[in-house]
Amino acid sequence: MDWTTVGTVVGATALLLGCLLTLVAAVGLLRLSDVLARMHTTAKPQVLGVVLSLLAVGITLRRGADVATLVAIAAFQLLTVPVATHMVGRAAYRTGQVDPSALDHDELADELSEEERSRD
Amino acid sequence: MNPVVIALCVGMLTVAALLALVRVAKGPTMLDRVIALDVIVAVVVIGLCVEAVANRHDTTLPVIVVLALVGFVGSVSVARYASRESDQERGRG
Repeated sequence: MDWTTVGTVVGATALLLGCLLTLVAAVGLLRLSDVLARMHTTAKPQVLGVVLSLLAVGITLRRGADVATLVAIAAFQLLTVPVATHMVGRAAYRTGQVDPSALDHDELADELSEEERSRD
Repeated sequence: MNPVVIALCVGMLTVAALLALVRVAKGPTMLDRVIALDVIVAVVVIGLCVEAVANRHDTTLPVIVVLALVGFVGSVSVARYASRESDQERGRG
């Protein structure tokens, strides 16, 4: 078994895992109950799926410039998706789409009420 | 790359895109749709990756960069707009 075969097998596995994780994210999108729970599916399986399929492209192409672009895309995804998800969660909380009884402890409510008290 | 692997990937991505589309149609809120559209953008990105692997070329890599950028700006601006709208409603109420 030479290195080209190993590369092909690893690439195929990464590609299949990436697609499977996206499928898991889509199933979670349908099965989970509210916005905060659904956010998990986009933030975790989806990002890992994208990074794995970028890895598969990098292993298949094996060219310096392409690998640099792919690493940049992966780093960008890892930086921006948490920010976007945080913004969605913030908007959900502030528009009252979060059920307070589903939370164990609501630290943001304490913060917000303190803020309002100091404003009065 | 093995055509069976490619076919499996395309099948899984198709099912994932359809499930996300169901969530976009059902809603119930704008934020649910934003999250579902995020998943659809990821499906398109991974689809382009599968295509690049299948045909062993790098011409679609700039498209992937642009899609990653546009997906981020899109969901952040919709989330921003959603919370801004509620601020105005609170001010009126």
